[in-house]
Amino acid sequence: MSWKDPLMQAPFLELRGINKSFGAVQVLRDVAMSVRAGEVTALVGDNGAGKSTLVKCVGGIHPMDSGEMFINGSEVHVHSPREAAQLGIEIVYQDLALCDNLDIVQNMFLGRERTSGWVLNEPEMEQLARKTLDSLAVRTVSTVRQPVSSLSGGQRQTVAIAKAVLWNSKLVILDEPTAALGVAQTAQVLELVRALADNGLAVVLISHNMNDVFAVSDRIAALYLGQMVAQVKTTDVTHAQVVELITSGKSEGQQA
Amino acid sequence: MTTISLKNRIPAKISGSLQQLFAFGSLIVILVFFSFASPYFFTTSNLVGILMAATVTGILALGTTFVIIAGGIDLSIGTGMILCGVMTGVFQTYWGWPVWAGVLGAVLFGGLIGFVNGFNISVLGIPPFIATLGMMLVASGLSLVISGTKPIYFKEHPEFQLLMNYSVIPGMRFPLGVLIFLILIVVAAVILAKTILGRYAYSIGSNEAATELSGVNVAKWKIIIYSMAGLFVGIAGVLAASRLSSAQPVGGMGLELEAIAAVVIGGTSLQGGKGSIVGTMIGALIVAVLTNGLRVTAVPQEWQSVVVGCVILVAVYMDILRRKRA
Ligand SMILES: Nc1ncnc2c1ncn2[C@@H]1O[C@H](COP(=O)(O)OP(=O)(O)O)[C@@H](O)[C@H]1O
Ligand SMILES: [Mg+2]
Repeated sequence: MSWKDPLMQAPFLELRGINKSFGAVQVLRDVAMSVRAGEVTALVGDNGAGKSTLVKCVGGIHPMDSGEMFINGSEVHVHSPREAAQLGIEIVYQDLALCDNLDIVQNMFLGRERTSGWVLNEPEMEQLARKTLDSLAVRTVSTVRQPVSSLSGGQRQTVAIAKAVLWNSKLVILDEPTAALGVAQTAQVLELVRALADNGLAVVLISHNMNDVFAVSDRIAALYLGQMVAQVKTTDVTHAQVVELITSGKSEGQQA
Repeated sequence: MTTISLKNRIPAKISGSLQQLFAFGSLIVILVFFSFASPYFFTTSNLVGILMAATVTGILALGTTFVIIAGGIDLSIGTGMILCGVMTGVFQTYWGWPVWAGVLGAVLFGGLIGFVNGFNISVLGIPPFIATLGMMLVASGLSLVISGTKPIYFKEHPEFQLLMNYSVIPGMRFPLGVLIFLILIVVAAVILAKTILGRYAYSIGSNEAATELSGVNVAKWKIIIYSMAGLFVGIAGVLAASRLSSAQPVGGMGLELEAIAAVVIGGTSLQGGKGSIVGTMIGALIVAVLTNGLRVTAVPQEWQSVVVGCVILVAVYMDILRRKRA
């Protein structure tokens, strides 16, 4: 475990007063959240609580109606995935956002291809892709040219994560990365998530699964009907308390 | 530790090559069949005629390959090509531009048609089928209006016909137009396989939302892809006019289906995300050979349409089968 004393370290990402409505439906209400480097922050909440929406606001897909966002203490405005990436924010979306017909290398570099002149620099991209996969302790054979459609769920998840960390990213947000995975693959992905934080990245893990949350997270942020009802250290709460936060928005013996 | 292992189904590349092999085999069979069916078929002059026909359809099909790989469709290429021919007639004969300027102007005009298609599709959000169907009618009408429904002849520029017909190799009938076609094939193949434009055509056709999330400006690249297809339309229109030494303002409808058929026969999926230039070229040859063969074996015009239509249906059905299997 590598989390540091919170008093010693300002959060990498800080959100304040975020509001977001879709038409008449207010999905996020005055949400505040902070995410620290070197830590896994679990973002929990029931279906429809607004977790994905919050993440998409941070990632520049949805404009927020109001609210402030700070990176390392200075205010930033993100209007597109590209701008988010420039700030070091990478999101692994719930549906992974991979192109099935492209191979692993092509997917990892999509939108940020290396070229020499007019021509795609395939050898360089292939080498960097391998390096990244190796650094994530992903054993690859001569298969980074395999189309993503031929990969298993866990492998696809791994490629999506590798794509996110290829870019000197500082904050990686994973939206329910283990939802569709079996036990063994879940363990692999969680190991990867933990490794990212141990390497100094700020990590946000969205999950429904209490076992996952307690296995890897340093902090837990709980959304209930679009409101942030608690941000606590994982060691300070029990499974039951977190479940209560998710289902009722409050927890006895735990001031939100 | 996560392992990415070698296993699973046939990789897409091999299944694509199988389709090409099949298409190539079909081409040979059709060639042999018509050679026996008509003594005239396998003569130099007829084969050159086939190549010239394949040149026009094939150039249209080159641009269409990008459009279809990117998950779109362009129905305006047939009448658009006719309009570009009329425009080069206007530039050269009515406005007295030199040949090079008249040619360049018409090619760029084709690019403009493609740009408007791309704009309508990616900015206004009109579905590709409808947007280009509208453009098909617009182009068809404009050709007639601009030309006054009469062919435009290149009286001032008799050398214009050399662009398509000039014999590159002395003593042999190897037309310049076919050479231009060969060069364009290489250009298109390089763009598709080696450049960002090609990469985004595949990724947009494969998963448009994911491409956007990866930071690619999908709208911009779609406009570029349709514009480039338009440039190919312009080139095809100029060559078709050069071939006949005149810009014919009527027709063109149906050519888009021949080009689309060539693309699909060559293994490019109408669903997008998959395809190759090599495949399209085999497809273009099949369409040209078939159309020509039916004509020289004196199959009545009506039945020619029936056969080509059936081939298109079979090619599309095979595309559906391939997708189900994959
Ligand atoms: N693009 C959208 N348009 C309208 N409503 C949306 C949109 N995205 C999400 N919502 C609504 O916002 C609420 C929160 O959704 P979401 O953020 O996906 O929840 P979670 O990820 O926590 O399950 C849901 O009620 C959902 O229906
Ligand atoms: Mg969600």
